[in-house]
Amino acid sequence: MRRAQRTLLWIAVAVLAVIAFAAIWPGVLATHDPLQTDVRSALLPPSAEHLFGTDQSGRDVYSRVVYGAGRSLGIGLLATGIALAVGLVIGALAGVAPRGVDTTVMRVNDVLMAFPEFLVALVVVAMLGPGPVNIAIAVTLAATPVYVRLARVQTRTLRVAEHVEAARILGVPRVRAFTRHVAPGVLGALSVLATIGIGSSILAAAGLSFLGLGPSEPTPEWGLILAGGRNVLGQAWWISVFPGIAITITVVSATVIGRILRARADGRTT
Amino acid sequence: MSATLEVQGLRISFGATPVVDGVDLHVAPGECVAIVGESGAGKSLTARALLGLTPAGAEVALDRLVIDGTEATTLSEHAWRALRGARIALVSQDALVSLDPLRRIGAEVAEPLRLHGIAHGRAALRTRVGELLRRVWMPEAERRATQYPHELSGGLRQRALIASAIAAAPAVLVADEPTTALDATVQARILGLLREIADAGTAVVFISHDFAAVRRLADRVLVMRRGAVIEEGPVAEVLEDPRHEYTRQLIAATIHEPRAAAQETASPVLVATELSKSFAGVPAVIDASFAVSEGRTLGVVGESGSGKTTLARMIVGVEAPDTGALRWSRAQRVQLVHQNPLGAFDPRWTVGRSLREALEAAGVPRARRAARVAELLAEVDLAPELADRRPSALSGGQRQRAAIARALAADPEVLVLDEPVSALDPSVRERVLRLLARLQQVRRLTMILVSHDLDVVGAVADDVLVMQDGRIVEQGATADVFAAPQHPFTQELLDASGPVRP
Repeated sequence: MRRAQRTLLWIAVAVLAVIAFAAIWPGVLATHDPLQTDVRSALLPPSAEHLFGTDQSGRDVYSRVVYGAGRSLGIGLLATGIALAVGLVIGALAGVAPRGVDTTVMRVNDVLMAFPEFLVALVVVAMLGPGPVNIAIAVTLAATPVYVRLARVQTRTLRVAEHVEAARILGVPRVRAFTRHVAPGVLGALSVLATIGIGSSILAAAGLSFLGLGPSEPTPEWGLILAGGRNVLGQAWWISVFPGIAITITVVSATVIGRILRARADGRTT
Repeated sequence: MSATLEVQGLRISFGATPVVDGVDLHVAPGECVAIVGESGAGKSLTARALLGLTPAGAEVALDRLVIDGTEATTLSEHAWRALRGARIALVSQDALVSLDPLRRIGAEVAEPLRLHGIAHGRAALRTRVGELLRRVWMPEAERRATQYPHELSGGLRQRALIASAIAAAPAVLVADEPTTALDATVQARILGLLREIADAGTAVVFISHDFAAVRRLADRVLVMRRGAVIEEGPVAEVLEDPRHEYTRQLIAATIHEPRAAAQETASPVLVATELSKSFAGVPAVIDASFAVSEGRTLGVVGESGSGKTTLARMIVGVEAPDTGALRWSRAQRVQLVHQNPLGAFDPRWTVGRSLREALEAAGVPRARRAARVAELLAEVDLAPELADRRPSALSGGQRQRAAIARALAADPEVLVLDEPVSALDPSVRERVLRLLARLQQVRRLTMILVSHDLDVVGAVADDVLVMQDGRIVEQGATADVFAAPQHPFTQELLDASGPVRP
């Protein structure tokens, strides 16, 4: 690996580590109560007292961003994890299913993939109604199709791979050969894709919150905080900019790690 | 006669590691000089350095390099371009990679003609390309010129590549393993073509790992090992009386005497009658009838696409014959050793884990598996530590031994080997073949060995079965078939791997 790439990887890991820390122990990093309003100190610019300034209700933006990390990271991990699991099962089954079943499943999947992920999530929220649980479901559903497709193609490739056939010739039963040699290989390929997927799920969830479809005020959520500062952007840029930076560096870091891992995985196989 | 190509003191290194260390080479017009060695000997790097082509990071030092009267010791890239193709040309191993997949054969051959201003105008180019393709004995030259590389067979692609290499009538032709990927009969034709080009006055440098091919083509030979030339001389002399021990090994590894006929008659363990199998309507094996005798080795020979692998897979039971029957004398444990050991192991598992899985499948109790793994590795001469490695961390020879060890885990009575040594260097191949011979004796194994290499089959098989286009065209005791082949295809195969008669 080139030195620049390694440096980039470590920076991304460090950023995510800080954000993960904020997500798990927000109380340690926060300087104020994220919900505590104080009209006398509304719209204060960044200072030593309020690192990221305060919003219209006088809440500390820094502490709100810190407390928002858990929700964003949580939804990113949860949505990706469930999407991966569902994608693995559906894709692997399609990979071994008779042609008719396989074709039907994959065409439906192709239709879902034809739309941008965010649009699919939006449609799902429109059907289920707004709310934090519903956007989690929406983001998960939107993320699933890519895993289905990858799981299917990996299953089909590995099923007929020489080493799987070799195991069968040695007398390893069919199902055991599948669970030992095929499924772990498929999971390996999917998990690399998932690291990239975490970023886009976080972004989609924040986007839906920004549109007011997710949790409601005064929940500290990055998309929601960002939306809250939208109308006062001229006077108080810090309300929107800092959660925006938080979203950006989280998504970029997760994506960088995922891409480097994928490049490494590709290098191994070829 | 003065040399067309003269190299003195060629040294190539990557950082502090020398990979080619002081190679001297002189080739006269009309002479073919072979450079022989195993992978990593530095022969391909040497070949490329002759054309001023070396990979990034390589440091090249030369005392002297003269190509066709031109001093080329220190040349700019620009000056090299005028030389390459016109005065010295390269034919590489893999024609499919070397030819532009998006360009027709005719355009490929025409390029050097245009670059070096040899022919101008559409009509002149087309005529010249036609001549060149006929010169390399390309069948239906006019039609082939309009085809793309993927539409041609491996042998024809190699011809096209040679045609483009000799298009500008270079004084020196460097051929880097030009026949390695080809079937025996095709290989023989390409070697014949290269000899003809040499006889017409071109100086040919032939890079190979195969002494059998060198014997057929070259006048003189240089044996390279670890970057240095360890032996040099006329081919006949070196073959007759190799001075260096390594040369002796290389020769022994590529040129075998057919195995003497086994005396005792053994009872057949397997009788196959009129086996046929087709895939999507295309017949792969047609009416194959044969018998395999207990404790003996049956060699199955044929070129790619002759159906020999399908036959092996039917014997193992991975494919079921469409018609015909396989009758075993009693229940036999049959195991297969794959052609490609790297693909036959789960890449994420250590070799030890794969072996344990095989033992588990064979019903060996868990407590005894670790000990058995060590025994199996010892049986194929592998160190027990290798059990902790992944297959990608093993050498080709070690992987093939590990694959054999895994096949032995089930304690088989019959072992089917599909091209077990075709991807190995000669000396490694020799050791694996010796291992197989020993295992057969110790374990009283019946073996079926599939190979395109007549030399390998001749060395290890008691009986041989020759396949062509899905049919068995000849079968019998190896010594008999080799001494007096009946079918014209067998004769062609034997001629192709035997020495060239002057």
